[in-house]
Amino acid sequence: MFFRQAGVYHTNYVADRALFPVAADRWIIAMILALGVAAPFLFSSLYLSSYLLPWLVWTAGALGLNLILGWAGQFHLGYAAIMGIGAYATVHANRFGVPWEFSIVIGGVSAAVIGSCFAFAALRVKGLYLALSTLALQFVMDWTISHVPAISGGTQATLQAPDIRVLGQPIVSDAGLYYVALVWCVLVTLFMLNLRRTALGRALVAVREKDFAAAVIGVNSFYFKLVAFSTSSFIGGVSGAILIGTFYHAVTPEQFSVDVSIQVLAMVIVISWGAARFGFSLSIEALAHLPQALYGALIISFLLVEPLGLGKIYKNVRDYLLVWPFGYVKK
Amino acid sequence: MDWALLAETGINGSLIGLMYSLVAMGIVLIYKSSSVPNLAQGSMTMLGAYIVLAYSSRFGAPIWLAIVLATLSMFGIGIAIERIALRRLAGRPIIMILMMTLGLEILLRAGSLTIWGATGRPMPIGISDDPLFLGALLINRAYAAGAAVAIVIFGLFALFFRTRMGVVLRAISDDYTAAWSVGISVERGVALSWAMASVVATVAGVLWASVQGVDQSLAHLLLKGVTVAVLGGMDSLGGALLAGLLLGIVEGIAGSYLDPLLGGASRDLVDAAMLIVTIMLRPHGLFGRHDIERI
Repeated sequence: MFFRQAGVYHTNYVADRALFPVAADRWIIAMILALGVAAPFLFSSLYLSSYLLPWLVWTAGALGLNLILGWAGQFHLGYAAIMGIGAYATVHANRFGVPWEFSIVIGGVSAAVIGSCFAFAALRVKGLYLALSTLALQFVMDWTISHVPAISGGTQATLQAPDIRVLGQPIVSDAGLYYVALVWCVLVTLFMLNLRRTALGRALVAVREKDFAAAVIGVNSFYFKLVAFSTSSFIGGVSGAILIGTFYHAVTPEQFSVDVSIQVLAMVIVISWGAARFGFSLSIEALAHLPQALYGALIISFLLVEPLGLGKIYKNVRDYLLVWPFGYVKK
Repeated sequence: MDWALLAETGINGSLIGLMYSLVAMGIVLIYKSSSVPNLAQGSMTMLGAYIVLAYSSRFGAPIWLAIVLATLSMFGIGIAIERIALRRLAGRPIIMILMMTLGLEILLRAGSLTIWGATGRPMPIGISDDPLFLGALLINRAYAAGAAVAIVIFGLFALFFRTRMGVVLRAISDDYTAAWSVGISVERGVALSWAMASVVATVAGVLWASVQGVDQSLAHLLLKGVTVAVLGGMDSLGGALLAGLLLGIVEGIAGSYLDPLLGGASRDLVDAAMLIVTIMLRPHGLFGRHDIERI
């Protein structure tokens, strides 16, 4: 088969630390990336701007959430609020006259600062209580965003986002907006893929497995929880800003309500909880287009049938094909 | 300061709070027996109300019969949810269990809206709209009835936990491995607790629907229910009752003072703040069991 390897055997550390130990993975990723770059020439403009583009941005957002949920093992039921903070900060900075490239950084940083508050909840409690307190913080943020006129312009207001300009060039075409989203998504994917190879990634995994035990072996668990929350909030904030800039073009409080938080969480579950490998190619923005009941049923059936998500399904198929037809070989 | 107004707000708030604790009791029942935080309790409440309405309008049953039939149906639905969705997740990480109950929440809410439609409908259970006069204070009759039912249901549970089956459930909630090893069927106990939570949800649904009509907003009782359950301690029924009382009073009084200042809708803010403060200061709530963690 095309995987052509009887198991994965490493003879040196370089091979062991390789991003894709199986060569076929590398080719699949390269093909998907090529497909992503060529998409504006392959698909119609409607399909491009209404399916592919939000799909990429939500993938970036879901990967950011995965940093907390999958890597650091901390709950976050308020991720939409974080994305909303990034979006509002960016739009306000942009309207104030700051160039768009800097305003998304401002958006990301302000999301990171406020998102770190969630880390202080994580210092105190974990598990169920962390989930509930982040949920409560989501309600507080929702309320603040919609009830403070200086942020949202009033309860029912819609804030128009200025057209995005990159390096002074206004970006208005569907293909241009798509490439902005693609670049961001690729950046986040690269970061998440490489996390496995860094000290930060290993520390986060140690905290996830047991934070007391991590402290015993010298990993400052609070520090790494704080890093995880602020990094992931930064990614979320920028994703929210890009979602507004390239897709919605206007920002309202409802775009970042608690339901959206649950949707992002569902994306992480369905993609693959804890494994970011193919998050890039697999996201389920399509969910937003399904009727809500089916969407609930999808979450339930994934949890019942394959709790580790699409990533695990891919891995099962790959592990089977690696040694095919010698299924009895130990993997 | 107007003392009469304050007393009236406080008393009505405490009655509302007791109705919140009906929702919370369902969450506590399930959490006690299986450590599953049931985030679908809000939509189960909504589903219960919709089923009552379906029996009374579709089959023309009188409202009391519809309530009885709906209670029986919800008993079955509770058992089915446990059997199909939750039993296979036993021992899985809590994130999966949380997501499962969230998925159930979405499925039940969207499912009942798909079947019965989202337009708000009244639930006439024969409580008059006239206020009850208590001296100079005006008390809402529907709230008073709801609070009375909440106390009665709490009393019934207190009695139930003294019966043989109740003792079995208490044993399961103490230590399910130990319960298992002495021959108690833990699965049946957990299923029973889901069924009872569904029944409580139906009662809460009927009472809340008689106040605010049957529509999607019934599912939003989840936030109140969760706040009350956490404040009272996730595994204490009496705690849920007292915490409901407390939350109702705080919410009513704080709401009436904050609403003019903040431009409305401050009750949800007060709830969220109570939830956060409780979790930060006393995660196991007022009467909950304090968990000790091993490495």
